[in-house]
Amino acid sequence: MNNTANLLLLLVVMLNFFILGSSRLGSNIRTIAIQGGMLSLLPVLAHGFSNHTVFLAVAAFLLKGIAIPYLLFRAVRQVHIGREIQPLFGYVPTLILGTLATAASFIFSDRLPLVAEHNLSLFVPVGLATLATGFLLLITRRKAINQVIGYLIFENGIFIFGMLLTEAMPLMVESGVLLDLLVAVFIMVIVMHQIKREFSTINIDQLTSLKE
Amino acid sequence: MENNLITLLLIIPFGGVLLALSLPSNRFRPWLLPIFGILHLALTFLIIQAGPLSAANGWLGVDALSRLILLIISLLFCGCSFYALGYLRYRLSWGNRVFVSCLLLFLFAMSLATISRHLGVLWVAVETTTLASAPLIYFNRNRLSIEATWKYLLLSSVGIALAMLGILFIAYAGLTEGGHVSLQFDDILQSAATFSRPWLKAGFVFLLVGFGTKVGFAPLHTWKPDAYGEAPGVVGALLAGGLTSVAFLGLLRTLQIMDAASEAVLAREAFLAMGLVSMAFAAVFVVRQPDFKRMLAYSSVEHMGIIAIGISMGGIATYGAMLHLMNNAMTKGVLFLSAANIHRRFGSKRMDEVRGAITLVPFSSILFLLGFIAITGSPPFAPFVSEFTILQGVFSGGHYVTGGLFLFFLAVIFIGMGTTVLSVVFGTPSENAGDKDYRETFATTGMPLLMLVIIFVLGVYLPDSVRQIFVDAAALLEVRA
Repeated sequence: MNNTANLLLLLVVMLNFFILGSSRLGSNIRTIAIQGGMLSLLPVLAHGFSNHTVFLAVAAFLLKGIAIPYLLFRAVRQVHIGREIQPLFGYVPTLILGTLATAASFIFSDRLPLVAEHNLSLFVPVGLATLATGFLLLITRRKAINQVIGYLIFENGIFIFGMLLTEAMPLMVESGVLLDLLVAVFIMVIVMHQIKREFSTINIDQLTSLKE
Repeated sequence: MENNLITLLLIIPFGGVLLALSLPSNRFRPWLLPIFGILHLALTFLIIQAGPLSAANGWLGVDALSRLILLIISLLFCGCSFYALGYLRYRLSWGNRVFVSCLLLFLFAMSLATISRHLGVLWVAVETTTLASAPLIYFNRNRLSIEATWKYLLLSSVGIALAMLGILFIAYAGLTEGGHVSLQFDDILQSAATFSRPWLKAGFVFLLVGFGTKVGFAPLHTWKPDAYGEAPGVVGALLAGGLTSVAFLGLLRTLQIMDAASEAVLAREAFLAMGLVSMAFAAVFVVRQPDFKRMLAYSSVEHMGIIAIGISMGGIATYGAMLHLMNNAMTKGVLFLSAANIHRRFGSKRMDEVRGAITLVPFSSILFLLGFIAITGSPPFAPFVSEFTILQGVFSGGHYVTGGLFLFFLAVIFIGMGTTVLSVVFGTPSENAGDKDYRETFATTGMPLLMLVIIFVLGVYLPDSVRQIFVDAAALLEVRA
């Protein structure tokens, strides 16, 4: 079980780097969809087949793999968002920071006391590395939609970590968490429409009227 | 019967949401707010009478802290709901389906948060408060309110996601000791003593940052001035009094876990640091603040800091902090609602454009002035009592530096807020002042007046039965040696 899951998690890290270095919005959204779809396999891989894990896998796949990327693609079309990403600073520095953060996650999780059965699995380091990637995107990207992508990767990191604890998370709560995520993205997309209408751009560096 | 109370507390506001969505009339829909506000308040009184409750396998339950927070949000919502009636009358042409539904959903989410005894449920409820309030902040539909909504949505979502990570870390802290993993609050309290320390401490930090973002501790408060400044006054009142109290409940639950794990010292030091930094930030930004609604936001940062300091001290100061949660919520209600009336009359919330409000909107101006006197901790209002109690706890514990800083910040904020408030209220009104047809109505001045009466009464006489609510809540936060 661990080997397949670990392979998948390594792919997730690759996708993190791909998003950090990619300059195309469309490919970023596709990457989010692929990453979400892959993560939805984790519950089954990590805990075997049961009603709980299958439900979680299907729900996560529908949400992270299909619904949310669909919402984002639709927003790109309707809001006429340019394809370029225009980061606040270059791709190479972002990639270097991402690499450092990933390395730090692996070193840090080596020092944390893990349960014996989790010692060889990559859930903790990859979860933390994905969190860091999301955070990096949130602070370095200029367009509102890229911040949403950063937030989604951030959430993916938490999802990966949560895989270690599915017994603690009852199904009801898990569904509530996923539903909240969907509604959050939905509202963010609506707000993006309004930002575009008022400012005729979704570059958030235009959002500077409110300051001291 | 008693378990039905909990179910009703959730069903009633949620039924209100569905009803608000299905009613076609913009004229009658706002009436749902006071109706459900009163129902909710009545139910809250029944729950307070009923004592400890538990439902849904211990996932939901009412303890002393839930009772206190529930009372705060219910009182505040009830007052604000009548105000909203008057407010929505000015906005009839806009349509209020989303506004009314979101207000009721907000009430539902806050109620769920106060009675949840499962960290996962608590998290879902707090996240729902963010989602329900984002459209409320955006109600004015202009550039500034979009900007405020975006910042609020993104910062709160990221903050609360960190809180989820903290919750998972705490669950893992239990797992490493080979225990049965559960996020049920009583289970956690019972087994917390055996939790793995590194995971528990890391979890605490994430929870502090996560819920701290929602509470608005400096330096995580950056969404606050924008959101409070651009949201309609009634929403500002609910955010500053209700949402912050609910988010604070998340922090208090965290503190309970740390107490049970005998890590109280670390937790309390963190609260103290957060509190002092918040007061310092507020003192810096409140001085020469040209916008009186943003000024109120910094005042909110300050008071969250005061409560955190009270809790960090323990003993009588914790009791003071519980009292201050209530006093802060009611006083913020007075201030935001009366400020909104002044804002409406002048069409501006900037100090240089709003002068001499007392001649044009006398009732609101007097309420605003008295609210200012109350919030800065002057007698005879209740915030004086709670701040004094906290200070007493600080000094009797021998924390002279903290006490000195506390007094210094209070003085600076008093002077800073005073300059703005006095300039808004007195003086000769500017010529081309905004909406000349605006008249104060009972709905828009009666409710802040009622809240002012509440903090006045609590300030001069606290009946034993009411005092017991605060004492019980504080007792849950005592460190068991």
